[in-house]
Amino acid sequence: MAADTGGITRDEVAHLARLARLAVTDAELDMFASQLDVILGAVARVGEVAAQDIPPTSHAVPLENVFRPDELRPSLSQEQVLAGAPAAEDGRFRVPRILGEEQ
Amino acid sequence: MSPEVSLELTRLTAAELAQKIHTREVSAVEVCHAHLDRIAAVDGQVHAFLHVAREAALESAALVDDSLAVGTPPASPLAGVPLALKDVFTTIDMPTTAGSKILEGWRPPYDATVASRLRAAGITILGKTNMDEFAMGSSTEHSAFGPTHNPWDLTRVPGGSGGGSAAALAAFEAPLAIGTDTGGSIRQPAAFTGTVGVKPTYGGVSRYGLIACASSLDQAGPCARTVLDAAMLHEVIAGHDPLDSTSIDVPVPSVVAAAREGARGDLSGMRVGIVRELSGEGYQPGVRASFEQAVAQLEKLGAELVEVSCPHFEYGLAAYYLIMPSEVSSNLARFDAMRYGLRVDGARSAEDVMAATREAGFGAEVKRRIILGTYALSSGYYEAYYGQAQKVRTLISRDFAAAFTHADVLVSPATPTTAFPIGDKVDDPLAMYLNDLATIPTNLAGTAALSVPSGLAASDDSPNGLPVGLQIMAPALGEAVMYRVAAAYEASRPTTTAPEILS
Repeated sequence: MAADTGGITRDEVAHLARLARLAVTDAELDMFASQLDVILGAVARVGEVAAQDIPPTSHAVPLENVFRPDELRPSLSQEQVLAGAPAAEDGRFRVPRILGEEQ
Repeated sequence: MSPEVSLELTRLTAAELAQKIHTREVSAVEVCHAHLDRIAAVDGQVHAFLHVAREAALESAALVDDSLAVGTPPASPLAGVPLALKDVFTTIDMPTTAGSKILEGWRPPYDATVASRLRAAGITILGKTNMDEFAMGSSTEHSAFGPTHNPWDLTRVPGGSGGGSAAALAAFEAPLAIGTDTGGSIRQPAAFTGTVGVKPTYGGVSRYGLIACASSLDQAGPCARTVLDAAMLHEVIAGHDPLDSTSIDVPVPSVVAAAREGARGDLSGMRVGIVRELSGEGYQPGVRASFEQAVAQLEKLGAELVEVSCPHFEYGLAAYYLIMPSEVSSNLARFDAMRYGLRVDGARSAEDVMAATREAGFGAEVKRRIILGTYALSSGYYEAYYGQAQKVRTLISRDFAAAFTHADVLVSPATPTTAFPIGDKVDDPLAMYLNDLATIPTNLAGTAALSVPSGLAASDDSPNGLPVGLQIMAPALGEAVMYRVAAAYEASRPTTTAPEILS
């Protein structure tokens, strides 16, 4: 099962950048498209390993849910939490408009 | 204190410094001053540090001296010894940038567990060291704040991502440092700078407050100029942390005792596996020669050499460069310009502000990996890329398990080449990725490995030679045997002459 390495287009890179919330420039799109094409060609090698019956590993150490006791304990103060915020108001994060004008 | 005495203090090992401080032959403050003076003298050329915490370091050292003065036993075997901390750990009293403009000037509201353990141990944190942005890179050239220079040859890279920590050790700016290793970011810089760097078992050292690159691979570890110093630091930082749910709840391996035993130089009965797939093509001739000498040396110490095959290691690089960017694309979503860090205002909506901020705040390598990871995780490509990579990860773990039935430790060169010139690979991402060829399998399997200096290798463009590292790999939680072999090897060969250009 080799990956389809027909190459990655500039338009695809632009779409991915939008999904990842990166306002990349035209020059970056050109550069990334050609570089990612080379990188994808190299990493597509993972498709050479016949591995239908191989279970995937997402994590090297077997993990189960880890719980802590449901007890009150000190946490950061509101002031500490907001200290690094680009903008804060009335004890809250101040953010740009999230909803569109019509909403 | 005369400048000569001050310089001499910076040449001592952490174990020697601790002994002198604890017997009150020198004060922790004098030791701290000596290293701050050294930083002031050479860091303009090396650029190992992004932030020097002069006042905080002197205060911390003074507390150690005060406590010793009233007869209190030292808080740890390393109390009073200075250390350089990679700028990827949050510190409440110092800025934390992860080498990125998006976090420039950020003051974290809490300490990473590694930082709080260092403080509790009385270790003096001198400052924060340079790194590739968000630990993505193998040269420290991807730092938003300019590259670090290799103290062995200032025109060359110190490796990465933890080039600042490794260079600080090689330039005698600190006897101890902390790094993080996602695909080789501790071991490769150690090899390039002639220092010791250890990637512990995944889960061995807490990741709480460690700014994430790829969470299933990231592991913090000790860096030093000697194996014993690294072992002493290992015991300070390792151990279960309830604040990190991936932290392993088992006793810390007795690595200091193992290093001391190893230094006696007897490896009889130790089975050392040479990984066929990590010792052939693709390695610089000088690196191969150094490796062959190291293997012969291990045999002289009594080790039994066995050849092992790990047939899937050759797919490690490909699997890694799918898994790591996938996790990166998810982890770095948190830099959204809303709660902390940079915000580029002016756009109309939150979404536009986010995109403009991430564009301005992230460097090219970070953007590349975010886009690559977004691609690998997208529907239609997920199975062929991320899914297959996860299966390769299983196969690599199985390769390790099989190899460790024949050998107690595995060895390979830590890197394919010695340190390369600054600017050589920065525009060729794939060439840069190849640096991690030998180190990546360990991260994928979650096992332990270290790099210990194995002398110098000359090449056409570096006739005087540059440092080479021997990689020693051990099973998960097998750190003790790894330190024992490394210490035996270290004790059996002449100390590599320190870089003279800065002395």
